[in-house]
Amino acid sequence: MIYADNAATTRMSEAAINTMVSVMKETYGNPSSLYSIGQRAKEVLEQSREDIAGVINADVREIYFTSGGSEADNQAIRSAAEIGRKKGKLHIISSAFEHHAVLHTLEKLKKEGFEVTLLDVHSDGLIRPEEVRNAIREDTCLVTIMYANNEIGTIQPIREIGAICREKNVLFHTDAVQAVAHLPIDVKADNIDLLSASAHKFHGPKGVGFLYARKGILLSNIIEGGAQERGKRAGTENVPGIAAMAAALKEAAEKLPENAAYITRLRDRLIDGISKIPHCALNGDPVHRLPGNVSFCFEGIEGESLLLLLDDRGIQASSGSACTSGSLDPSHVLLAIGRVHDVAHGSLRLTIDESLTESDIDEIVKNVAEVVNYLRGFSPIWRDLVSGKKQFIL
Amino acid sequence: MALYSEKVMDHFRNPRNVGVIEDANAIGEVGNAKCGDIMKMYLKIEDDIVQDVKFETFGCGSAIASSSMATELIKGQPVSEVKKLTNKAVAEALDGLPDYKMHCSVLAEEAIKSALEDYQNRTGKKID
Repeated sequence: MIYADNAATTRMSEAAINTMVSVMKETYGNPSSLYSIGQRAKEVLEQSREDIAGVINADVREIYFTSGGSEADNQAIRSAAEIGRKKGKLHIISSAFEHHAVLHTLEKLKKEGFEVTLLDVHSDGLIRPEEVRNAIREDTCLVTIMYANNEIGTIQPIREIGAICREKNVLFHTDAVQAVAHLPIDVKADNIDLLSASAHKFHGPKGVGFLYARKGILLSNIIEGGAQERGKRAGTENVPGIAAMAAALKEAAEKLPENAAYITRLRDRLIDGISKIPHCALNGDPVHRLPGNVSFCFEGIEGESLLLLLDDRGIQASSGSACTSGSLDPSHVLLAIGRVHDVAHGSLRLTIDESLTESDIDEIVKNVAEVVNYLRGFSPIWRDLVSGKKQFIL
Repeated sequence: MALYSEKVMDHFRNPRNVGVIEDANAIGEVGNAKCGDIMKMYLKIEDDIVQDVKFETFGCGSAIASSSMATELIKGQPVSEVKKLTNKAVAEALDGLPDYKMHCSVLAEEAIKSALEDYQNRTGKKID
């Protein structure tokens, strides 16, 4: 089996599993309890917070544990919107290809009276900092731009965007779910006010993540109840999950330079190999791109059938085709970079990690080429393209 | 539970009657690339019987399986029976499709109906 869908989720690391099991067995107390096993759980919790803060150069009091990236996105955006509302600032800037956790929250805020500007992400999948500057108005309360895109892997100029927001005194949130542990992140140097992360994207467990909120930013609660997380996120803390997340992140951070260099080499080998298939195109900028992300559109085929046949051959990948989402439209990300529906349906995302080898990459290339060729063999669109009845787009 | 039934996967993995009939006398094409599904059916009708049928499909697993099953259901059948084929019959023969994939079976029915219409236009024969 060649698992190449790490942007969807990752396999838990040994360190994360061992930590999780050990906390479940030994440190099962409630961190709010006064007796020793509760206090030991509290120590685990606070040590995890310290470890995580250290990785992104945050203060320990700036890390809030959540149930994952979506909750962190919701809370960050809701909080910034609340701060804005109090000042009469009801304008938010974001981009067309954010994760739905961001876009759907913004849709709700629009119904509550906010105005949202979605910036163009251009055909290379990169936001232009100057366009952020031009979009900022007197009443802008928040800029929310993802660190790296989940489908096409493009890395945004976060530091520059953050600097502009600082200069203009506008809060800056970044959904860094795909970036944390894969790219070096320094919230201070990157001028980030709010950042969302999710453990299962970096070999940690599912159902746990964190929100970084710069000191002085008042968070609004999404979940009301007890006084956990300094009163900003109620509910008994998921101590095993949080400890496992910290273990996974610490390990990933230590190995980051080495892993990123290795995965980038594999990625470029994969891109080179797939590029040889006729009438396909890489989605997103080839350079400003996550180490493990490869995303292509193929003309004349549909993504779901491609995925199913690759799975039969032991390769797990994903697609932005409509059929894989249950909606009629293909991925909003591919449409945002200007891919037309016809080719957006024929997309393939391979997201690799450090467990793969060069021979795995060659195996993927060989199988993708064979399956694409097979599906084109009985595609009426491909027939029309080859016969000249229709024009090739890619 | 798996997304698709065993039967859907079988027809998807080993589609029956794939290809083109060069001298087909009934051709139907439905769907569009924008929606991500196109089906094209080629029928060879002789003595009011579907003697041969082939298909080409651009689409997801259930679209390919629906095309394949539909061709199996109509092959060797009199056109009067073929005309009665419903999407429900295609879906049932596949042991069901997920709700949001039912439109694939609708496309299969429509592709065949469109081919029969083409046959009537070409021959002037009315299928009862």
